[in-house]
Amino acid sequence: MTAPLRAVAKPGAWRLGTPRARRTVVVVLALAVIALTIASIAIGYAPFDVPAAFVDLVAGKTTLPAMVLWELRVPRALLGGLVGFSLGLTGAAMQGYLRNPLADPGILGISSAAALGAVLAFYGGLAAALSLALPLGGITGAGVAALLLNALAARGSGTLGLILAGVGLSSLAGALTALALNLSPNPYAALEIVFWMMGSLSDRSMDHVLLCLPLMGIGWGLMLSTASALDALTLGEDTAASLGVGLISVQLRLVTGAALAVGSGVAVSGAIGFVGLVVPHLMRPLVGARPGASLLPSGLAGAVLVLAADIGVRLLATRPELKLGVVTALVGAPFLIVLLLRNRGRRA
Amino acid sequence: MSFSLQNVQVTFDGRMILPEIDLALERGRFVGLVGPNGAGKTTLLRVLAGLVSPAQGRVTLDGQSLSGMRRDARARRIAALFQGAGVGWPMTVREIVALGRLPHRRAFAGLSDADEAAVARAMTRTDVSHLAGRTEPSLSSGERMRTLLARALAVEAEWLLVDEPVTALDPAHQLDAMALLRAASRDGSGVVAVLHDLALAARFCDRILVLSGGRIVADGRPEDAFTDALLAHVFGVSVERGRAADGTRYILPWARSGVQTEKSDGAIIPG
Repeated sequence: MTAPLRAVAKPGAWRLGTPRARRTVVVVLALAVIALTIASIAIGYAPFDVPAAFVDLVAGKTTLPAMVLWELRVPRALLGGLVGFSLGLTGAAMQGYLRNPLADPGILGISSAAALGAVLAFYGGLAAALSLALPLGGITGAGVAALLLNALAARGSGTLGLILAGVGLSSLAGALTALALNLSPNPYAALEIVFWMMGSLSDRSMDHVLLCLPLMGIGWGLMLSTASALDALTLGEDTAASLGVGLISVQLRLVTGAALAVGSGVAVSGAIGFVGLVVPHLMRPLVGARPGASLLPSGLAGAVLVLAADIGVRLLATRPELKLGVVTALVGAPFLIVLLLRNRGRRA
Repeated sequence: MSFSLQNVQVTFDGRMILPEIDLALERGRFVGLVGPNGAGKTTLLRVLAGLVSPAQGRVTLDGQSLSGMRRDARARRIAALFQGAGVGWPMTVREIVALGRLPHRRAFAGLSDADEAAVARAMTRTDVSHLAGRTEPSLSSGERMRTLLARALAVEAEWLLVDEPVTALDPAHQLDAMALLRAASRDGSGVVAVLHDLALAARFCDRILVLSGGRIVADGRPEDAFTDALLAHVFGVSVERGRAADGTRYILPWARSGVQTEKSDGAIIPG
């Protein structure tokens, strides 16, 4: 997974951070995403003849391999890429907008609100009645959070007001989630909720993909459209406004985009931590510090990371299976510490 | 080809900042906006930049209302450099200067050849070309100031508004920056600069606007605006006047006016 990144990071004939280097990084990462998606489809617990299943699927035969491919393997691989891209892109957008390298996709409280929505759906017994109750609950939670944040943004609260609102929202959603766990009628339900919140891509169906794909697509578009505004905002809000940036419009696009992408991501996969925080730090040495330049590479790198982690979870094959959020945090946290220490040493 | 403020009134949180401003500015002139701290200079600059909408009155650019103008059209015509604007990420000097071309660029497009040329020109004019690849945290405060000034110049707008452009610079670069702003006005731009250094303002500006308590109390050529009475009344200083070797006249703030001795007992003696 890191091999292509290292190859790019090697000081070659051309300088890092130039438009050409940036294009190379995007192409390499896009190829890695495709390769890992295919690998994710091919790798599973049971030995599986992928080409044969694919032939059956295309031919329209409802054989068992074709069903395993379409109902289990393909959704899992696609969701890995979609959720990873959302987390990486949102992390880069949040860090750029808030001018804070410690911002992550959850900083506005959207992930917590989505988790709360899913937990409430679970708790209310809807999950048993309707297979998509969890993701729908999560999306509803993220939507409510986005409405609250946008109401604040429309009044021109500025970035500090937005961060504070996010912290408040995050704490409130966390407290209500804890309350739901506390009042859980049986310990098994509480355990189920806790496990769900650790994040996983197993046993997701094509319905999950179709539910989150359009929402994420719109969210990505909204966030990518702020690239040049994020660049201008590095010089402060006044200067950005004098360069023609509509500050309120940018804030509305970012909050809505993050809610759509991360909200639907959390809704289908639970909370997958650290990807959105770490990925922009990985990309900056390669594509430069300009926030707009790191958006697309961060999204692709997020997809690479989540797909690789999900393959790792299945290759390790522990019982019970390691949760995806646990793996990304276990790998991501030490990695971030090393990265920050190394950069600090270089700059001093 | 003019900026006009009619009966402009600005309040902030219910507090009156600019009670009434009537002003007409022409392009091709270098205007120095001076006044003591809290006089409303930066607010006036923000009104001109279209960042603050006046509670009353009209701001028009060539007869067109500033508030009715599209954001990107306004950004192409008015470039502004504000005080205390740091750089949030360790971007290279060239990337920072290139931000000045944002109002000219289409969405998702890169820099055009015209943009590249404008960026190169701006960097040459502020003497930062040799820093192009350096990242922001490694710059001295003077280099940062010149980089940000280059960013504002790269817009190549009809109007250039700058807030305290020379504060962080050494004497040589102060003179360079003032000469540069004057040259920009000679090239046809309208330049409005908030300045604290009265000597530099008197030496380089074509027109001086003195702001005090949110009102324009003097407006004219430096030698007409900076009278002894005004300097004592508004700034509380007395100046030394002289003639340089090349014949230009200069002023130099020299003492607090009204304070006769160092051993004042603290009572305010009317000047």
